[in-house]
Amino acid sequence: MRIGIDVGGTNTDAVLMDGRKVVGWAKSPTTKDVSSGITNVLRALLDQTQASPASVSAVMLGTTHFTNAVVERKSLSRTAIIRIGLPATSALPPFVDWPEDLRAAISGEYHLVHGGYEFDGRPISALDDAEIKEAAAKIRDSGIDCIAISSVFSPVNPDQETHAAELVASVIPNAKISLSHEIGRIGLLERENAAIMNACLSHLAVRIVQSFRDALVGLGINAPFFISQNDGTLMSADFVEKYPVLTFASGPTNSMRGAAFLSGLKDAVVVDIGGTTSDVGVLSQGFPREASVAVRIGGVRTNFRMPDVLSFGLGGGSHVKTDPLQIGPQSVGYEITSRALVFGGNDLTTSDIAVAAGMADFGDKSRVAHLDKALVQASLERMWEMVEISVDRMKTAAGGVPVILVGGGIILIGDKLNGASELHRPEHASVANAIGAAIAQVGGEVDRVFSLDAIPRDKALQQAKDEATQRVLREGAIPDSVEIVDVEEIPLSYLPGNATRIRVKAVGSLAVE
Amino acid sequence: MWTITHDDVTAIALGAGILGTGGGGNPYLGQLRMQELLRQGYSVQVMNLEDLPDDALVCEIGWMGAPTVGVEKLPRGNESEAVIAALEQYVGRKFDAIACSEIGGSNSIAPLEAGAQTGKPVIDADAMGRAFPEMQMSTLFIGGVSCNPSAMVDAKGNCIVFDHLEDSFKLEQYARPLCVQMGCTALLAIGAMSGAEVKRTSVRDTLKLAKQVGQAVLDARNTKASFSEAVLNITGGVELFTGKLVDVQRRTTAGFARGEMIIEGLGAHAGGFIHIAFQNENLVAWRGDRHTRQDVMACVPDLICLLESDTGEPITTEQLRYGLRVNVLAIPCTDKFRTPEALKVVGPAAFGYPDVVYSPLHKTPGQGIE
Repeated sequence: MRIGIDVGGTNTDAVLMDGRKVVGWAKSPTTKDVSSGITNVLRALLDQTQASPASVSAVMLGTTHFTNAVVERKSLSRTAIIRIGLPATSALPPFVDWPEDLRAAISGEYHLVHGGYEFDGRPISALDDAEIKEAAAKIRDSGIDCIAISSVFSPVNPDQETHAAELVASVIPNAKISLSHEIGRIGLLERENAAIMNACLSHLAVRIVQSFRDALVGLGINAPFFISQNDGTLMSADFVEKYPVLTFASGPTNSMRGAAFLSGLKDAVVVDIGGTTSDVGVLSQGFPREASVAVRIGGVRTNFRMPDVLSFGLGGGSHVKTDPLQIGPQSVGYEITSRALVFGGNDLTTSDIAVAAGMADFGDKSRVAHLDKALVQASLERMWEMVEISVDRMKTAAGGVPVILVGGGIILIGDKLNGASELHRPEHASVANAIGAAIAQVGGEVDRVFSLDAIPRDKALQQAKDEATQRVLREGAIPDSVEIVDVEEIPLSYLPGNATRIRVKAVGSLAVE
Repeated sequence: MWTITHDDVTAIALGAGILGTGGGGNPYLGQLRMQELLRQGYSVQVMNLEDLPDDALVCEIGWMGAPTVGVEKLPRGNESEAVIAALEQYVGRKFDAIACSEIGGSNSIAPLEAGAQTGKPVIDADAMGRAFPEMQMSTLFIGGVSCNPSAMVDAKGNCIVFDHLEDSFKLEQYARPLCVQMGCTALLAIGAMSGAEVKRTSVRDTLKLAKQVGQAVLDARNTKASFSEAVLNITGGVELFTGKLVDVQRRTTAGFARGEMIIEGLGAHAGGFIHIAFQNENLVAWRGDRHTRQDVMACVPDLICLLESDTGEPITTEQLRYGLRVNVLAIPCTDKFRTPEALKVVGPAAFGYPDVVYSPLHKTPGQGIE
């Protein structure tokens, strides 16, 4: 059996699955320290299902923690970037297309230094060790220890980034260094942006992953522990400590795959209503539709492969302001159980409205009995309209589409939405995200240089695909489930023999014990 | 005369991306640079072609290089000042205005940046009405304007001046390997042309056209209308296909990103395939099956443009990747490219497809590219 966990901004959900069967699930507020929320929910889950910790063969965890940190500009470390590429690239310095507040939140210090490669591997200019050390010393003097390093054409030759990292480490011994070539692809600004975001999450990543570990060990669960990444595949926990940015958008991927699993639908719009925000995505043949152009996260342009998701500020914990009526984007978040009216607090939230309208029944109903009926009705209509507008923006054709509602916040939605041909609320919808994590796939990647003079391209591609498939099978995938999800070729014209870097990613469903 | 605003740059970059037919470099980066200049207080005036005095001295400004390189090796920022100063020094006279060599892609923005940095007006016209990979593929040169003298500069400030060249083919032939030496990105200032020559041979109003096309897509996005229709209403032409990219093969040779893609049909086109060959820009589109090409649907010099299906964003050839969903548009080119002399330079044979016969897309007079 395996456990899927989703750590959301408001709730931490856990689900125990035996094959395709949901054995049980539990929900508990996310705590400030994260780990006690996980402990609480797992304890509830184990109690409820009477499962022994030893019967758990794997734990899969999805978290929006890192995305939220960037979106909310919270818990980010001050970060500096060293870009290697002078005299080129200075027309567009690092952070050039960043929102001012995010840049300010992480200091926005940057240093341009000489070096980088031409497309054919020649240096643009020589790497100057002294210049890099000087930049590192300035960064150290600013009290910054999170550093991103980017270099022109590092995806075809990472040597200068690697060398610069050694120099920086010699000046700042405990520096957390993120190298752009390990995170992104060709496209200097987007790759550099991803590296900077990864760096500013470095300290948080260590803290969070450790707290996840502590929570599991504390309950006697010693099964392998995975965290889901943006493409819906799993990473080991150690890997996440170094590359937290790869968890971005794993939440929507999980909820959409969970929604497909629970509803049995392959083509639909999925609306996942959480505590603070809602995500709308599109299922196409059972998989999340991918954003195909650059995706902005927290306002920053990146070139990850990401599901195409529209987020807006509506959740079960959203503030309801009256006069004039406004819903969200502020939310009481995980403090809903103390701050919402029905829980004895003083904040009017969307959940209070749902209870007042008789659409949900939790907390102390009498505490919302005084609410004006007209206000309740107007609030509900405003929330539904927010969802309808987003569904309409995401669908590609006019006319109705099937809509699957998932997430804890679906209590806010009535029996009908304009623009939806059918409205589905599958069983276990409130934990679709955790289910998506539990059924997440394993991935295998091949990233190698082939000489296309020595071997025809078809054969090289086939060989890379076969190897990637083998890797997925070794990770424990069911053979029939394996498919190739990404193929990328980068010609390396400076090497003889028509050398091409081929990157192939395969995924498959984990065989269930 | 009109003054370029922040919003104009957004619309022009989007429209120019579509007119770039997959090439011309990433307009987003040009947009970022230009908007950064406007923020810093620079401004630039656009001059209507008919307002250009016959005796004005004009040079074209444009980048040369491979788009795959352009997204990685970003410019230094002072290239346009450097290259214009070098050419002015050689000619012994100041330029009165800057012309656009190529409205497609980032070269639509390069003259605006140069205008902002040098204080010179930019003429609302270009030499292609689209993007093309080689210098001689220009209405100016096909119309007999001389490319002498010209100058090119790299990110390190190395500058080369060309003069006494036989024709623009020679400029292409000599500048290209130098551009490769310069790291596959170089900025050129081309010619010392008279206003009369520019007026006679340019494709007029193309900055305005790019702005209209871009604005049409932005509006369509807001109203949930069809991007393809919004664009085609302005440019004329047809939607060839909608589908998903299933294969991209590419190689960078002699400074060009060459390759071929296969798109599998979706919706009304399910079961069908098209193949598109590109050399920086999209060149020829064939109907076919998974493995073979059949009849030609459109080819150069007409425009073959890929729009991302959900957003209407233009897809440049460096962004091509497996799984992309695209609408493929074919748009009629300028009449100046449809003459027998011009087709020798910009027709399918000039790109290595001697068997492909150019059959001009239907064009409504007064609509789209002049």
